[in-house]
Amino acid sequence: MSTVSVPLPAWINYGLIPLLNLILAFFFSGLVVWAIGESPFEALQLLLIGALGRGEGIGFTLFYTTSFIFTGLSVAVAIHAGLFNIGSEGQAYLGGLGAALVALAMDRYVPWYVTMPFAVIGAALFGAACAAIPAWLQAKRGSHIVITTIMFNFIVSSLMNYMLVRLLIVPGKMAPETRTFLPGGQLPKLDWLIAMFGGKLGAAPLNFSFLIALIMCFLVWVLIWRTKLGYEMRTLGISPTAASYAGIRYSKIVMITMLISGGLAGMMALNPVMGASARLQIEFVGGAGFVGIAVSLMGRNHPAGIILAALLFGILYQGGAELSFDMPSITRDMIVVIQGMVILFAGALEYMLRPVIVRAYQQFTGK
Amino acid sequence: MSLDSPKEPAIELVGIDKKFGTVHANKNINLTVAKGSIHGIIGENGAGKSTLMSILYGFYQADHGEIRISGKPVTIRDSQAAIAAGIGMVHQHFMLVENFTVLENVMLGAEGGQLLAKGVASARKELKRLEDDYGLEVDPDSVIEELPVGSQQRVEILKALYRGAEILILDEPTGVLTPPEADHLFKVLRVLRDQGKTIILITHKLREIMAITDTVSVMRRGEMVATRKTAETTVEELAELMVGRRVLLRVEKGAANPGAVLMSVRNLTVRDSRGVTMVDNVSFDVRAGEIVGIAGVAGNGQSELLEAIAGIRKPSAGEIFIDGKPVAGVDPAGLRELGLAHIPEDRHHMGLVLKFEEYENSILGYHRDAKYGRGPFLDLDAMRRDAEEKIGKYDIRPPNPRLRTANFSGGNQQKIVVAREIERDPKMLIIGQPTRGVDIGAIEFIHKRIIEMRDAGKAVLLVSVELDEIRSLSDRILVMFAGKIVGEKSSEAGEQTLGLMMAGIAA
Ligand SMILES: Nc1ncnc2c1ncn2[C@@H]1O[C@H](COP(=O)(O)OP(=O)(O)OP(=O)(O)O)[C@@H](O)[C@H]1O
Ligand SMILES: [Mg+2]
Repeated sequence: MSTVSVPLPAWINYGLIPLLNLILAFFFSGLVVWAIGESPFEALQLLLIGALGRGEGIGFTLFYTTSFIFTGLSVAVAIHAGLFNIGSEGQAYLGGLGAALVALAMDRYVPWYVTMPFAVIGAALFGAACAAIPAWLQAKRGSHIVITTIMFNFIVSSLMNYMLVRLLIVPGKMAPETRTFLPGGQLPKLDWLIAMFGGKLGAAPLNFSFLIALIMCFLVWVLIWRTKLGYEMRTLGISPTAASYAGIRYSKIVMITMLISGGLAGMMALNPVMGASARLQIEFVGGAGFVGIAVSLMGRNHPAGIILAALLFGILYQGGAELSFDMPSITRDMIVVIQGMVILFAGALEYMLRPVIVRAYQQFTGK
Repeated sequence: MSLDSPKEPAIELVGIDKKFGTVHANKNINLTVAKGSIHGIIGENGAGKSTLMSILYGFYQADHGEIRISGKPVTIRDSQAAIAAGIGMVHQHFMLVENFTVLENVMLGAEGGQLLAKGVASARKELKRLEDDYGLEVDPDSVIEELPVGSQQRVEILKALYRGAEILILDEPTGVLTPPEADHLFKVLRVLRDQGKTIILITHKLREIMAITDTVSVMRRGEMVATRKTAETTVEELAELMVGRRVLLRVEKGAANPGAVLMSVRNLTVRDSRGVTMVDNVSFDVRAGEIVGIAGVAGNGQSELLEAIAGIRKPSAGEIFIDGKPVAGVDPAGLRELGLAHIPEDRHHMGLVLKFEEYENSILGYHRDAKYGRGPFLDLDAMRRDAEEKIGKYDIRPPNPRLRTANFSGGNQQKIVVAREIERDPKMLIIGQPTRGVDIGAIEFIHKRIIEMRDAGKAVLLVSVELDEIRSLSDRILVMFAGKIVGEKSSEAGEQTLGLMMAGIAA
């Protein structure tokens, strides 16, 4: 109990403790790998080489990172106003519809950089629309946002099935997906970025939306810490009673926050839909919305932390894929276990080590 | 042994030193507390009293120094160690589980054994014994949230005693109590002392120090500057020791010069969330240039009345007029624009966001103002400059706008709120408990500011459970009982008369 109040220097709080948590996570993952008869060291090596060894691997890693940055930001913005948005998954999914409709409508007529701003807006609008109803229910009816956003994940999933199977499917084809966008509806690959470091992007789908994600990080930082709206969101998130004293309207802030949060989640769709596959496919989000929760928690809801945490999960995704390819006894499910360990130690058990470190710190500084 | 030979010490603090960054909260403190005595500690806000007690209770570790309990040096790493050393603490903000019963709270963490039933039976017996021995009556089966504050505090004391506390620390225990509850607490403390327990009492109310302590120590700016036998000192001497200068214990003010009615309340009725009527058909006026005080025992509807006027709570009937305009239903932001400032009675939950840095709190409610940033943006430099100005003017310590608000001492937190609201130069000011937990120097300061507001022609509505405060500031006094205004008196009305009215006995 009492060690909670002891202040620690920033390098311990934001450097040492996350690092130790990560090491613990890898240690226990290593035990699992060892238990099925493989060498943990070799596995770790394969994972890191797979994720960071070559330009192509890095390209894949940053591709995943991009998606996680968007969903991580989405979760973080809501948390600052005291709202737990579990619906980033569905919001991203519907955002894909927005991006795809823009791409399908414009790709014939204009180059990609004209389509892009409209696609960003389209994706954000559809994502925001998906968050709007839960937000309204929370603001006006008090229905808990956690429950309603989860329910919307299912609703969106069914809706998208319907759209893709019945309306957007290419006539005569079997796959429930739209036609392939022409270059005017695609986001360009970032070959030059990898080339700057002397690598080759190869088949990796890293694309322009990575830069959009970084811009959004900056904008979210400005929003939360440099605007009056951000001030009102933080006030409400920390102390609803102080917010009502200050004349901050609960329903207004809940609505705005959730629209922004949903919009950020929606933008995630740009990356797979317009950047990688150049078409809208079924289930393209693939859990990135839920990873966003872990990313936001690990990143302490701060854009800089979110970039780092998203990168970590990007490495785990890409490195994990390579690992299960190279070591067949390590299945995809094992990779999920390893990711789970990271979430467990770095997210949920974040403060487990703190009392020990406080003691050590006190001993060390002679207090 | 002769009667006045010093009793053996229960606690000795030797050379205790503690720094928070650049703030030197405790400087080489030496303190000896005799066994079986009530020892008062007083000092200005931020003098380091709570820090010292937190060190004794294991919340903080001292940088240097030694703690001895009954002559033996001990290290107190955390509150468990403190409890093991026989030290119990009654926190100002109670640490009770609201929806547990008294018995469950007392047992919590000391259940003993795996099966609850046996523990419950013996705990009930032990609790009964403690209640009887010390006159601490509370029903073991009532749920905490349904008890009045005074009883909740008794549960805190019982909890400490149940864990075998020989030494009890009470940090500003009377701040939240009504006068009869405070009297009851003191009765209990005397019984505890007479049975050999040692008590450390921190308070800003010198009257309480004189009434109940045996010895009193004075802290100033992190140092222990004096220790006196209570019988051999006076309120004036203590006040001077604390502040380092002479203090006016009662503010001087000229006659009021009331002008036009600025605020009027007509047939106002307010219900709480359960539908219970808290304010019942209340009507009154406040004029420019006068202070209207609302006296009453806590819980008689004053808080709800203030919140309704401030726009935080919707009245269920009646009207409020500001400058003749009906404003019931206008939100706090709109009311601020009309020139209404509000110092709320609960600074921790309303007036401040404790996790914010000081400068962020110094604009709370006024953050939309163009002064603090153009358009949608905040201008942090402007905010900090503004905060620094207020810090200087109100002597807020430490003078650091980047410090987290939670790390300011209680009195300094209050000054942050007072500075924010008064410096806006509002037309009307409504105030709840302006000096709760505030030291006498700061009380003098805040009272002076309030009177200045009045003299500058503002309408001031003041709610306080401190009858002294109401009497010394108000030009007119309204007494509230059970949601109704039961009478109006001038500020010359005697304590006795007002006391009876507050109890609902006479009108
Ligand atoms: N955790 C902390 N971090 C930084 N400064 C702190 C912290 N806790 C206390 N302080 C500072 O230490 C000083 C002493 O504070 P303390 O709470 O002990 O005062 P106090 O005498 O109890 O005052 P009050 O009568 O207002 O309660 C203050 O200047 C306060 O701002
Ligand atoms: Mg204190």
